[in-house]
Amino acid sequence: MAFRKTLLTAAAVSLLVATAAKAEVELTVYTAVEAEDLKRYAETFNQDHPDIKINWVRDSTGIVTAKLLAEKNNPQADVVWGLAATSLLLLKTEGMLEPYAPKGVEKLDKKFVDKSNPPAWVGMDAWVASVCYNTVEAGKLGLPMPKSWKDLTDPAYKGHLIMPNPNSSGTGFLDVSSWLQMFGEKGGWDYMDALHENIARYTHSGSAPCKLAAAGEIPIGISFAFRGAKSKAAGAPLEIIVPEEGVGWDMEATAIIAGTAKLEAAKTLVDWSITKKANEMYNTGYAVVAMPGVAKPVEFFPENLVDKMIDNDFEFAANNRAAILEEWQKRYDSKSDPKG
Amino acid sequence: MASTADALAAAGRPPKARPIKPRLGRDDLIMRGFMAVIALYLVIAIALPLYAMLSKSFSTYSFDLTAYEFQVSDEVGNFDAPPVSAAALNDELQAVSPEDLSTSSDGRLPATSFFPDFSFRSPVMYKIRGTSADAVYLVGTERFSGTEWREVDSNNFRRVMLRPARDIGFANYVTYFSTPALFQSIENSIFISALSTIITVTLAFGFAYALSRSCMRLKGFFRLVALAPILVPSLLPGIGLVYLFGNQGMIKELLLGESIYGPIGIVIGSVFFTFPHAMIIITTALAISDARLYEAAECLKASRWKIFWTVTVPGARYGLISAAFVVFNLVITDFGLPKVIGGQYNMLAVDIYKQVIGQQNFEMGAVVSVVLLMPALVAFAVDRQVQKKQVALLSARSVPYQPKPNRRFDWLAFGYCGLIAVFIVGLLAVCQYAALIKFWPYDLSLSLKNYAFDLMDGGGWDSYYNSIQMALLTAVAGTAVVFVGAYMVEKTKGFETGRSLFQLLAMLPMAIPGMVLGLAYIFFFNEPANPLNFIYGTMAILVICTVTHFYTVSHLTAVTALKQMDREFESVAASLKQPFYKLFRVVTVPVCLPTILDISIYLFVNAMTTVSAVIFLYSPTTTLASVAVLNMNDAGDIAPAAAMGMMIFYTNAGARLIHLAVSKGVLKRTQAWRFR
Repeated sequence: MAFRKTLLTAAAVSLLVATAAKAEVELTVYTAVEAEDLKRYAETFNQDHPDIKINWVRDSTGIVTAKLLAEKNNPQADVVWGLAATSLLLLKTEGMLEPYAPKGVEKLDKKFVDKSNPPAWVGMDAWVASVCYNTVEAGKLGLPMPKSWKDLTDPAYKGHLIMPNPNSSGTGFLDVSSWLQMFGEKGGWDYMDALHENIARYTHSGSAPCKLAAAGEIPIGISFAFRGAKSKAAGAPLEIIVPEEGVGWDMEATAIIAGTAKLEAAKTLVDWSITKKANEMYNTGYAVVAMPGVAKPVEFFPENLVDKMIDNDFEFAANNRAAILEEWQKRYDSKSDPKG
Repeated sequence: MASTADALAAAGRPPKARPIKPRLGRDDLIMRGFMAVIALYLVIAIALPLYAMLSKSFSTYSFDLTAYEFQVSDEVGNFDAPPVSAAALNDELQAVSPEDLSTSSDGRLPATSFFPDFSFRSPVMYKIRGTSADAVYLVGTERFSGTEWREVDSNNFRRVMLRPARDIGFANYVTYFSTPALFQSIENSIFISALSTIITVTLAFGFAYALSRSCMRLKGFFRLVALAPILVPSLLPGIGLVYLFGNQGMIKELLLGESIYGPIGIVIGSVFFTFPHAMIIITTALAISDARLYEAAECLKASRWKIFWTVTVPGARYGLISAAFVVFNLVITDFGLPKVIGGQYNMLAVDIYKQVIGQQNFEMGAVVSVVLLMPALVAFAVDRQVQKKQVALLSARSVPYQPKPNRRFDWLAFGYCGLIAVFIVGLLAVCQYAALIKFWPYDLSLSLKNYAFDLMDGGGWDSYYNSIQMALLTAVAGTAVVFVGAYMVEKTKGFETGRSLFQLLAMLPMAIPGMVLGLAYIFFFNEPANPLNFIYGTMAILVICTVTHFYTVSHLTAVTALKQMDREFESVAASLKQPFYKLFRVVTVPVCLPTILDISIYLFVNAMTTVSAVIFLYSPTTTLASVAVLNMNDAGDIAPAAAMGMMIFYTNAGARLIHLAVSKGVLKRTQAWRFR
């Protein structure tokens, strides 16, 4: 009996020691990556670096950004892995990021790397705006499939469109900023004026329009391709449309938080985050990744997506964000009556 | 209060003597010590965070033009011209108006605003520097500060942005009230709250009237059903309404083409979740009316209708007013429901969320919080006044009213209560049904896939277990703090100022909307200089916030129970030389055990359903079920949200049953003396 107990204790102790030896450093990593992908990301990383344990802190883009900004004077995160570049730009201008050029950064598409030298952040994958079109519901209502952004202003769609509110959703802002870049300042606002007439309501979340379109709650939702592909894979009668004028996009990106006590481990993680292996990992969900030549087509993703991505000016977006949101709010948010 | 204390003090001293200050015994000191500790808790948990929030709302950002200097070269790059400050340039050009100088923490002002003939193709070079070390500007996305000159060519000068400096002032409030999209919410919030209040109080009055004045059957069942909405988060009815009246709704035709997303949805949902609160208060008010008044009225041959208006309604008027204020406050401070079903209809509580989470504009969030605090404070103050007036409605000679059977009236009452019960049970049943459907409305087969919470946003099953843990901790810790606090404030001798101060602190949480409390906690506890900073992001802060949020009602319940216990107990114990804590343990706690259990179940249920107070405070390791409902719904996973909402319902219902069983056991063991 006593022997058995000793044996058990010994086993437990050796197990503890083994775990301790395995995870020498723990990194607190903030992320907005989808919950279902996180485990896979950490496991793939640990195949190459078993000595670094990742403690995920996950939430939606807005909340993670708010959290990081709130902790500005007392940062809790070591690394941000998988947050919108627009948010990282915001953090950069607050001086919160540790500039670092990860090994092999030159292999990435220039679009995906911060312009500063050394870069403050590096991109992972692109997250592209798209229109989700429910064939069943639209068929019932006799709504033709739109081909372009301009098509969506057709009065036939009145009350059958839904899009995220840029004031609470990163995806919403991405749409608005892309329209302003594509159609020019005046043209962009004119376009939104017309579009507003057709919008049933603005949602708080960026993925909601696509999920609501998938559920038939609304025939057409302006959202992003990744979400649409997932819903389509789940069996929703969806068509994912890439408007022909071009689509706005943002990227998920990685950065080291200035002031981290675990700089070496953080650098190891960021180095790994741009490897071919990592890019292949991102490719399981996202059709467009930072390393050219890696991406294979993702099921249910529209094929012409990469060609339609606009030359997004992130600096324009970051510098004008406050002014754009204010203008948007003035034009469309004060209308309090709901439209059916 | 003061007069009773005086009377008691007078009784303890010989007549005509000079007032003698009673010597403080060890007990008194310990009790005051306890009181001070709990008062300190309240100060830290509510007064200081509110102060932090208030000061945040006055923290403004504006561009300080005197802090920047420029120097412009000639065509070949010689800097001969003297440096000029941005302020001097602006005085000359009036390029930026004073209003445009005030901005948010994320504000940027292009340096080219001060150079009307700027062209990015020109060979002219520019130099920029701050006049103090903390003047910040951007070149592109690069951040610079300090007094060193930095040279940039024209093409890069267009990318130079000035950043605002922090200041103190009213600018945020000015911005708020000059932005129609923002202050429109005040009107919307008040309109929705007033409308919901009228409907809920009317419906609840009818229900309570049927319960107390008729002899209908199934009274116990109806009472139980009417209490059910307390067990779910306020946003669950919103989800149910989407399934009923949404664009794919089961019975959307009933809305005649109106959209459920907006005022209609918010009002119906509000009526659902505030109904039990109004029903409880009005039932209590109706229960204490005096049968002798009815007898008198009948003797005077008054009609039933007349009796209703001259006896019943006036008798219940304080209850009605009280119910109205409680409902009004619940609706105006609720956040989950308008978020789920409000559509484009802006309300104050949602605005706070949008400002803080959507735009990271903490200052404006604080301003909206202060605005939201106003109606809540007014409602609270008025309600307090009304409560004070309602004292001696029931005298010792009153006779409780006993309803007499009346076939027609009883069936009418039964039908009415039946309709309300169908509404409540129906909405909950819809949520449960939706949770079990595979893919509404395309695949109606049943499945449990919506319970795979780990694959969704919101924290998965962990959030459910976290919620239970949080609710248990809140129930245990909260009940202990509240009851000890109430005991000390009720049984301490003398020390009037301290006691009334404590009472005031204990009443304060009632007037603070959860949303405001949560935001105040971020400002206060997340400050690195705060020694309590370490509790930020832990379970502890959630428990503290929830205990504080629901402190007042628990405190009042405890005080009421303690008031029923004669102070003689303390005197007897003192004369037997028994310390107060022994009395507390052996007599007070066992006697008040039913009340203690009531407080803990109240705290448990509310901790399970609360959303608004904790939405800013949960961390990834402490996600909560109620927040998960919101987040899943937000991300478009409506069926899983309904599933999680119903999990909360079953958990709370289970807790209620356990509470009932325990209370019965306790009643038998410790309360036998009540049934002599």
